[in-house]
Amino acid sequence: MEIIQQILFVAALGVVAWFITKRVQLISRAIKLGRPENRFDHADERLKTMLLVAFGQKKMFTNLLVGVMHFVIYAGFIIINLEILEIILDGVVGTHRLFAPYITPIYPILIDVFEVLAFGVLSVCVVFLCRRFIARVSRLQASRHRELRGWPVSDATIILTAEIFLMVAFLTWNASDSVLRDRGVGHYGELQGVVPDFLISQYLKPLFAGFGDRALVAYERAAWWLHILGILAFAIYVTYSKHLHIALGFPNVYFSDLQPKGEMQNMPEITKEVQLALGLPLSTQPDGSQANDNGEQSAEIGRFGAKDVEDLKWINLMNAYSCTECGRCTAACPANITGKKLSPRKIMMDTRDRLEDIQKGWKANGYDYKDDKSLLGDYITPEELNACTTCQACINACPININPLDIILQLRRYRVMEESQAPAAWNAMFSNIENNMAPWKFSPSDRFNWAEQVNEVKF
Amino acid sequence: MLAEEKYSVPTMADMAAAGEDPEVLFWVGCAGSFDDRYKRVTIAFVRILNHVGIKFAVLGPEEACTGDPARRAGNEFLFQMQAVSNIQVLNAYNVKKIVTACPHCFNTLKNEYPELGGRYEVIHHSQFLQGLINEGRIRVQDGQSFKGRKITFHDSCYLGRANKVYEAPRDVLSALDADLVDMKRVRANGLCCGAGGGQYFKEPEPGTKDVNVERVEEALATGADTIAVACPFCMTMMSDGVKNKNREDSVQVYDVSELIAQKQGL
Repeated sequence: MEIIQQILFVAALGVVAWFITKRVQLISRAIKLGRPENRFDHADERLKTMLLVAFGQKKMFTNLLVGVMHFVIYAGFIIINLEILEIILDGVVGTHRLFAPYITPIYPILIDVFEVLAFGVLSVCVVFLCRRFIARVSRLQASRHRELRGWPVSDATIILTAEIFLMVAFLTWNASDSVLRDRGVGHYGELQGVVPDFLISQYLKPLFAGFGDRALVAYERAAWWLHILGILAFAIYVTYSKHLHIALGFPNVYFSDLQPKGEMQNMPEITKEVQLALGLPLSTQPDGSQANDNGEQSAEIGRFGAKDVEDLKWINLMNAYSCTECGRCTAACPANITGKKLSPRKIMMDTRDRLEDIQKGWKANGYDYKDDKSLLGDYITPEELNACTTCQACINACPININPLDIILQLRRYRVMEESQAPAAWNAMFSNIENNMAPWKFSPSDRFNWAEQVNEVKF
Repeated sequence: MLAEEKYSVPTMADMAAAGEDPEVLFWVGCAGSFDDRYKRVTIAFVRILNHVGIKFAVLGPEEACTGDPARRAGNEFLFQMQAVSNIQVLNAYNVKKIVTACPHCFNTLKNEYPELGGRYEVIHHSQFLQGLINEGRIRVQDGQSFKGRKITFHDSCYLGRANKVYEAPRDVLSALDADLVDMKRVRANGLCCGAGGGQYFKEPEPGTKDVNVERVEEALATGADTIAVACPFCMTMMSDGVKNKNREDSVQVYDVSELIAQKQGL
């Protein structure tokens, strides 16, 4: 029996590892569709940002209570993974609580910590479900935000429910194990005097008082298997889900923008055109600290701006896969607050949806497959793009430094420079700047007239 | 006190012709040059510069739009045409330090011109005023009193979030003897006035409300009688919002430099 369990367990690990590897390859292939951009500079500053914002979750504490709750889940996830190590070894080797005899004095303390965290994670997941479905936190409501309709709400519910289920399995497994140990059944009894009752699961022991020994062993095995298989299944699920942020959040913050939020990235290919137009000597690469295209000036000029995901930068695409759809960006967006169609969260979700659709095309028709859709038009409409005030509230709000504005800007650039499709009023503004040196129709020679009133105005 | 010709506005061209260098170039910007309301801000700031005895100059007719609205609307080509031309002018005059009363010009000159060859020390007029107050060069005493007045400051996105300048305008306002009250959404969480990113130059997209009305409601909720701004677009948007709420008799919108000029009796 033991050996069959071991074989099954190793097989399960293998299947899961294979699936996850496949998914990781597919996702990284999709991210690499993006244009190159050097985000490997200033390692020390990036590391500091990652420690503060990703590991320390600094921006989550804007709302203290939510920050603390999220931190409980995060700490639980990281620390309970230590226990997963023992579970996996037990599964492979066929032992039971492998570490207990070796680290007897601290073993119960470790499990107590895991249990407290598990209980914390469970409680917070319940609170988070209540926030979604009872308190109805505005930014999480599909009724108010069209991008959440359908799958995204189910996704969130599945994640929270799965975490509750896993924690219940973990705690009741410990409880049933404790009862079996007390009764001295089989190898369970060997841990008498080595492992005591644990902090939380001791209160669950009465649940199993009425179980016969065989039923109890069956429950213990079932809980153990469901817990570990649940975790493995969840690991695969994560790659299809918004929950991918648990992995991508860290690199996403590491590679995030370092320059001031108001700085918009230069387009060196346009600089060349401008220098030609003004009859200036062509400069070499600008030597600014934000060198931004790996120093390579490609001979062929691609598109100006972005029409589809491959025109965006890889970091924009990583942003899309990292997005957890929490909606803090959209809740802070002045356009969205005042009823415009624009939602920064939708921009990120659309970008990911587009990538997922391309992935499906790859799977069905091979990697050379191209469909006839594009991010601009089929997923994101001009009306959304035109509503952005570039106020950067979305960037400021994102707990993992995602930048929706960068995508909006690149799509706008395509609309204006490739399609000449700016709103009429913007075209008027452009021609005023071009002809009058100001966005309004004033004569440039009147620009200094204000000085005549410098001694007349009364304050 | 002489009534006539107390204040002067030297141009960069005049100074260069006289073989002189100003300690700072005042970048007026399009709104400060052409917008009737914001011209008053330009003039207030110029009077303060005169009063304190700062050796400054303006470009006057040689100044052109920095290109900020073009870049943000997506017209990178037009932005760079403007930027490269402006940088040629600024570099020809060997400009080192620039002050401007427009956060959009400030952000563009400070963050976006360096990569195109324009490297200057750029400060916003609120920071400049803050410095003068801290050095004791502005003494707020002679003019009108602000006793019992309640002022709320509206953060400009391109001054605040974009460049993390939150304290300077508030410091300047705290030199007045008024009460300062903050709105609910301030500093990094400040709500936009609705004008940035080229929005100022077109009608808003369909929605349920205008952004500036949303923001003015928030400002009015503080009970302030004065909304202080530090940006020409914010100035227009907030003033329009106050009009929309029919409160222009009881609530005024001023730039920080106007309030200082009032306080100094300039």
